Amino acid sequence: MKVKVFAVLLALILILGAGAQAKEIRVLLANHPYGELLRAAIPEYEKATGVKVNVESLQESQLTTKLTTEFATNSSSADVFMTRPLQEGKMFYKNGWYEPLTAYDFSDYPESAMGVARFGAKPYLVPLVTEWQVLYYRKDLFRKAGLSVPKTFAELEAAAKALDSHEVAGFASRGRGAAAVTQVSSYIYNYGGAYLDKGKAVFDSKEALDAIRFYGKLLALHGPKGVTSMSWENIMPLFQAGKVAMWTDASVFYGQIVDPAKSQVAAADVGIANLPAGPKASNPFYVVSWGMAVARQSKNKALALDFIKWATSADLAKKGLIANITMARNSAWADPEVRAKANAELVASQAFAAKNGNPFDRPYMSAVGNARDLIGEVIIESINTAGTSQTLANLARQKVKAVNELLEDTGEFGVY
Amino acid sequence: MNKGSFVERNIRVLFPLPAVVFVIVMMLFPVLYTLFLSFTNWNLTSGMPLRFSWFRSYARVLGEPRFLDAIGRTFSFTALAVAAETILGLALALLLNREFKGKAVMKLILLLPLVATPVAIGIVWNLFFDPTIGLANFVLSLLGMQPSAWVSSPQTVIPSLVLVDIWQWTPMITLIVLAGLAALSPEPYESARVDGASSFQIFSKITLPMIAPTLLTAMILRSVDALKTFDIIYAMTGGGPGYASETMNVMAFKYSFEYFRMGQSSVILVFLFLLVLFLSMVIMRLRARFEL
Repeated sequence: MKVKVFAVLLALILILGAGAQAKEIRVLLANHPYGELLRAAIPEYEKATGVKVNVESLQESQLTTKLTTEFATNSSSADVFMTRPLQEGKMFYKNGWYEPLTAYDFSDYPESAMGVARFGAKPYLVPLVTEWQVLYYRKDLFRKAGLSVPKTFAELEAAAKALDSHEVAGFASRGRGAAAVTQVSSYIYNYGGAYLDKGKAVFDSKEALDAIRFYGKLLALHGPKGVTSMSWENIMPLFQAGKVAMWTDASVFYGQIVDPAKSQVAAADVGIANLPAGPKASNPFYVVSWGMAVARQSKNKALALDFIKWATSADLAKKGLIANITMARNSAWADPEVRAKANAELVASQAFAAKNGNPFDRPYMSAVGNARDLIGEVIIESINTAGTSQTLANLARQKVKAVNELLEDTGEFGVY
Repeated sequence: MNKGSFVERNIRVLFPLPAVVFVIVMMLFPVLYTLFLSFTNWNLTSGMPLRFSWFRSYARVLGEPRFLDAIGRTFSFTALAVAAETILGLALALLLNREFKGKAVMKLILLLPLVATPVAIGIVWNLFFDPTIGLANFVLSLLGMQPSAWVSSPQTVIPSLVLVDIWQWTPMITLIVLAGLAALSPEPYESARVDGASSFQIFSKITLPMIAPTLLTAMILRSVDALKTFDIIYAMTGGGPGYASETMNVMAFKYSFEYFRMGQSSVILVFLFLLVLFLSMVIMRLRARFEL
């Protein structure tokens, strides 16, 4: 009897022990088209490697909140996660939450993308998805009005005026302060300005203010109603409902606005063009919107590295691009098979932005959340006054001071 | 000494222990920890470890004009919402306080907004409020009225949010008042009717005084909740446009999870806590004074 009990106990211990040793990792993904693509592909990875992958998908700001809370309290069991380099990269790096990725081959990534993946000499995240600012426009409305696609800001304004009607807004872009900061960036670059220069805030320069005034005027005179509370999630349904003639925003939304299940506008009537050139330049933002990283706190770093190599592989990048997800890898864009399947206008606008783009669409700093709200106040003031505000320069000066204080608080003032 | 006697001797301590532990771990500790954090400079964007900084965070937050605006907004939102909900809730309860066909169904319908998920409510109301394709402006145009910007304008955003709060929480007041009305004794009404009192006299001289304690309880519950409203506001406007609908709770959330300034966020929460505490105490005193 005793022997039997002993045998059963021994078997139990062995089974439990084996269970504890089973290879398992925890992966946090964003609710992003690439996150969905990965989720669908993970069962193949599990079958091939025998590693169990526990996936969680979260909306982007909730993903940041969850990771921050877990890491800051040292209670994280996350191994691999999707991350937004421009929004949280600096903060995550400073707090030591990214594991350096010295064993990863980065040769397939453009140098502009690596700029935000590296801190010091070491890379800490893998660039996943890039996006750049484009002009979405309604080909049918342009044809009807006898207009050609605007190439300059002056033509953009003229077209917005001509296309504006009671039914359709001539032009739309984000107006909700903090959310608009990324979209205003390209306007500022094209006017010859910047948010930060050499680690100091400079968006009160004449160039930047001219750009912010122009943006405010366009939206106030030709934009949809209530634009100061609109981000992309409010503008997209308007575009899909045929209420907007032109929309400047990130390239990432193309797939959704030509999706016949979501849009009342025929895909053939939707065009993508480069963001029109400004008086000084034509440098739309071209940024790494998403990357992937291994958690410093991970207890399964070898497994995590293996997973990240697979999840950011050239093969999956090609699949992503065919599904209209604008991947960071050079090889995906160079692949003739992919080029044949991807939208030609999208490919052309990528080539332009990759060559001329600015790698930042917001002030690149740790306290970016607060800085965006501060800059957003200037943008909203400009929209509310159709760009004519007498106090705009003064307001911008105050906000520049506040952003510089944030830079000082975090030890980043004058550092670049 | 055997086990039984230990339990028996300490039964006064042991039985309430689970409740006491729960209160300490789940309520007292978070409050005290927030208080502790409010005296630190904990800021994740600096990458520096947490340091005790006495009243530095308090000075920073109190120096923000935005914070004083948020306090004012928290009050105006609460006052508008609770006043409207009390009047509407009472009126609705008086209307429903009789036997009629479909009363049960009516009560069920009233319950629905209370059990709906706030974020889902926010998304649906945002669709209604869209100035271009929303239902709200379509209804206004049918009535021959000018379209409104609803949550898109700093002037109308608070009233619009109050409207959503009214839609969601008026039923709660109605249900509480209905329960109070059902418990009233019929005798005063009968004698009033015999004496020839008008309906208005019956309402103002009999129903209202008798229902007052219930109504006040409902108002206290609602006020404390309204001061802390977060979900609907954050889901619908995120505090915008600009900071036009930023209440203390929304501001504290943004300070923690968008700015990562945990110390300063704790300061805002300490003030909110004190505010709710103070208001509850005032109302309780008033209740005792007027023997309601």
